Amino acid sequence: MSGFFKSSVGRKVAMALSAFFLMFFLIIHLAVNITSLFSADLFNELSHFMGTNPLVQFALQPVLIFGVVFHFVMGFILEIQNKKANGVSYAKNNGGANSSWVSRNMIYSGLVILAFIVLHFIDFWFPELNVKYIQGDMSGMHNGEYRYFHEMVEKFHNPLRVAAYVISFVLLGLHLAHGFTSAFQSVGSTAGRKKTLQNIGKAYSILIPLGFIVIAIFHHLTHNH
Amino acid sequence: MALDSKVPEGPIQDKWTDYKNKINLVNPANKRHIDVIVVGTGLAGGSAAATLAELGYNVKAFAYQDSPRRAHSIAAQGGINAAKNYQGDGDSTYRLFYDTVKGGDYRSREANVYRLAEVSANIIDQCVAQGVPFARDYGGLLDNRSFGGVLVSRTFYAKGQTGQQLLLGAYSAMNRQIARGKIEMFNRHEMLDVVIVDGKARGIIARNLVTGEIERHSAHAVVVGSGGYGNVYFLSTNAMGSNVTAAWKIHKKGAYFANPCYTQIHPTCIPRSGDYQSKLTLMSESLRNDGRIWVPKNLDDVKAIREGRKKPTDLSEDERDYYLERRYPAFGNLVPRDVASRAAKERCDAGYGVNATGEAVYLDFAAAIERYGKEQAKIHNISNPSKGKIYELGQAIVEAKYGNLFQMYEKIVDENPYETPMMIYPAVHYTMGGVWVDYNLMTTVPGLYCIGEANFSDHGANRLGASALMQGLADGYFVLPYTIGDYLADDIRTGKISTDTKEFEEAEKSVKETINFFVNNKGSKSVDYFHKKLGKIMWDKCGMSRNAKGLTEAIQEISDLRKEFWKEVSVPGGSEEYNEELAKAGRVADFLELGELFAKDALVREESAGGHFREEHQTPEGEAKRMKEFQFVSAWEYKGEPKDAVLHKEELVYKNIEVKERSYK
Amino acid sequence: MNLTLKIWRQKDSNAKGQMVDYKVTEISEHMSFLEMMDVLNEQLVGKGEEPVAFDHDCREGICGMCSMYINGEAHGPDRGITTCQLHMRMFKDGDTITIEPFRAAAFPVIKDLVIDRTAFDRIQHAGGYISVNTSGNTQDANAIPISKHDADEAMDAATCIGCGACVATCKNSSAMLFVGAKVSQYALLPQGQVEAADRVQNMVAQMDLEGFGNCTNTGACEVECPKGISLDNIARMNRELMKAAVK
Repeated sequence: MSGFFKSSVGRKVAMALSAFFLMFFLIIHLAVNITSLFSADLFNELSHFMGTNPLVQFALQPVLIFGVVFHFVMGFILEIQNKKANGVSYAKNNGGANSSWVSRNMIYSGLVILAFIVLHFIDFWFPELNVKYIQGDMSGMHNGEYRYFHEMVEKFHNPLRVAAYVISFVLLGLHLAHGFTSAFQSVGSTAGRKKTLQNIGKAYSILIPLGFIVIAIFHHLTHNH
Repeated sequence: MALDSKVPEGPIQDKWTDYKNKINLVNPANKRHIDVIVVGTGLAGGSAAATLAELGYNVKAFAYQDSPRRAHSIAAQGGINAAKNYQGDGDSTYRLFYDTVKGGDYRSREANVYRLAEVSANIIDQCVAQGVPFARDYGGLLDNRSFGGVLVSRTFYAKGQTGQQLLLGAYSAMNRQIARGKIEMFNRHEMLDVVIVDGKARGIIARNLVTGEIERHSAHAVVVGSGGYGNVYFLSTNAMGSNVTAAWKIHKKGAYFANPCYTQIHPTCIPRSGDYQSKLTLMSESLRNDGRIWVPKNLDDVKAIREGRKKPTDLSEDERDYYLERRYPAFGNLVPRDVASRAAKERCDAGYGVNATGEAVYLDFAAAIERYGKEQAKIHNISNPSKGKIYELGQAIVEAKYGNLFQMYEKIVDENPYETPMMIYPAVHYTMGGVWVDYNLMTTVPGLYCIGEANFSDHGANRLGASALMQGLADGYFVLPYTIGDYLADDIRTGKISTDTKEFEEAEKSVKETINFFVNNKGSKSVDYFHKKLGKIMWDKCGMSRNAKGLTEAIQEISDLRKEFWKEVSVPGGSEEYNEELAKAGRVADFLELGELFAKDALVREESAGGHFREEHQTPEGEAKRMKEFQFVSAWEYKGEPKDAVLHKEELVYKNIEVKERSYK
Repeated sequence: MNLTLKIWRQKDSNAKGQMVDYKVTEISEHMSFLEMMDVLNEQLVGKGEEPVAFDHDCREGICGMCSMYINGEAHGPDRGITTCQLHMRMFKDGDTITIEPFRAAAFPVIKDLVIDRTAFDRIQHAGGYISVNTSGNTQDANAIPISKHDADEAMDAATCIGCGACVATCKNSSAMLFVGAKVSQYALLPQGQVEAADRVQNMVAQMDLEGFGNCTNTGACEVECPKGISLDNIARMNRELMKAAVK
């Protein structure tokens, strides 16, 4: 079994499994965030639950972090191997004739997403860790009410940040446009090559990033004082 | 030397079994100490190399291609015959034997052909076990199709790529032995001479085509399976690299060359389009299962078609001449290849050729599409199907059967053969002649064997469709591995053959001299110039029909051309590097000798038989006329110049088959 | 038509190569691409120059020897064909055509456009076979019925000609379509089941050892494959390897 994950195919399977996990996570993340559009209270409650539930914090969160790190590290390893496999590059290469731009540039969409995650961590995750585990304030309260909604709205004041988020989500969409069906292929399913799943993939890769974009722009526009 | 075919005694159906029972064997421990060289990795060479290695011999295999998988057997399309009688249509070992001897116009050796028919069924079992994906019916059993010259359905196939699948099967068997270290594979190597020590073949001189290095390889026996010599015509359906060199070199070292004039001109090839043409492409004979061959009845229509005023589909049934069905009602479009080719030539010579060059006839699938369409409509319970629906259903069936061939045609000709009939014309395809071998497949040099298309053995003067694959695999899988043991049994104490002997040194020296001559000669003409000229002489004077005058001229012209070649040939580049022009020069040099012997053989053979049609010898209806006094194999002994070659005759005796006029009417 | 050719010239495997420009004139649209190359070479030989070395043999699209990267695509701009089946009617008078060898670290250049593809052979040595001896004593061919569907699918996988277009065209120089096709052929047939696990493991290991890249499912190989080998074969290989791993 250890030999399996050392093989090229095994690594692709691992890559796909982490992708499935991350794609699932994106749905949860969006589901929580979307509540902020219509109910600050519900958003606060869900955020507090996610932020303080020991199961989420100490079981799911490490898995998620591992998944993210693994997906990126493996992506880089594979990219380096692939570059090494290339040999001399072509004087003329017409990649567009046989494959989509997104499929050939997963590493670049991936890098933008990585940069976004760093920004996102600086914006939310690190401050959150600071408050909860360094300052030891597990209450989630600020001035007598939950702080989560306000903190988020605060972040979207800056139009530059909103722009960075929007661009990143567009790239995430492109990454998913290939990644969604590609992951099925990697784990040995031809379902990703069937119309049904391709349509689901299209819908997924448009709706998920679009949801996040709507949230960012909504809060920027409605709470811009 | 008198020719001894070494055919065992006894009734024909027992010969092979009895012979195998009494043959000398080499014990497994001793096989480890015996080396065998196999030159060529097509169906014959590849299957022989694999089997010999399985048995325990140390095999060294050589291919000029970059992988054994690319040998030209890969291009065989239609299928492989076997007397399985799975269709229950009356097939049997005897009938396959009978059809093959008759198809070969009674010019092949009875005992060899019977053995071929006998082991044919085994080949299919073997290939299926290897994972060859033969076509199957809906019940999961193997499917068959029909080929020319027979009245049963005994041809097994894998779409239009049967040769590819069989070769990949043999290649996979080789791979298993290469992995075990029992076959040492030399890709991109060309055999340039055989080394004879004390009268026995003990090794070869080979050139590494990448580095140009000349190498010595020794063995206890040498097997040549280097294919046919159709490229002597320059244009043929052979691969660009297919050549006679290995076979010709062994001929020059003492192996007799048999029936060089027996060449198969295949009726269904894509016609030539221009002078730049480098090769001709075959359209499988299997197409004649469903395609109907015709030309217009009226010369006016021919003219209109050539000028583009009419399309073939404009002509009504009355205006078409289905000349094969007209002349040969019993076999129709499925007459043997030689008959179909000559009939096409006859129509085109009479002015009925349908393309600009006047050398093309139609192969039409409209009737088959309609027939299959109606059948499918019935199967699918479609009542009163429209014409369009019938066409659609029928086209799907034709596509499933021949899709890759139709696609190939469309890419080359730029016409859709589903909509307009294909244009076809005969082209050089296979050579029945080759190195003379006895029943053991051994040449006249002890320890030197020749298998597959390179030898002369089983097809007489004309080969039936789907029999080449059968013979190649029979030789390699089932015949040679037995018979070679009989010879090698005497070699168990010989020990490793040294390459540091004067015989190897001399052979190497002579090879190097020729190579140095080529790279240093300050000639003015390219190798292809000579090859094309030779090809033209061969096609014009030793082609589908031959006569004494033309052949006499050809002998002189080839001889002159050869002299000019050795003066004027220009080979750029050096000898110690990858140099394709140099490799080609060596091959064309040998073709220039073979071509002359070919013409000489054709001149001597004062009869028409199979692919060899002498205009002087034909029936009033224009059919081939055999002569009783030529019921022999011509085996030529090398004596320097081709004109000095000495003829030895192996009389052909038919005890199990009545020699009759070969009729397909 | 008249054409400008930009061709990769490289003396031998150690030499540094470069693109060189050539002109050819009076090319007929009915010529095959390799016949156009023949015209160029005849010209070069006439001038005493070394002709452009390129691999070719059967010239009917089945041996898998020809291997040119033409205008940025393996086997050129047409579909479902090899270079030898490409015809000049795909080009226009005055065109500039770039011709390069198939590129991959595992396919070193031997000379000009000739490459070394023995890595493919070594992958086949690792398991591209069914271990059955040619004894002549195998069971009757019809003793193993195989559903037509499976046999046809195995045949589709088996039509691979080993030309290497999949590797050449893949941005990762991955050989998975080639290996997937062979693994699939045997995986689909009952005869191949006995050794299925070992076969896929050994072949994939050898493929990795040869330095081919990883599949990122761009699908380019399937588009450029002269025989239209399906990407489904890669998925099947992945499945087979997973099955083997948990065995």
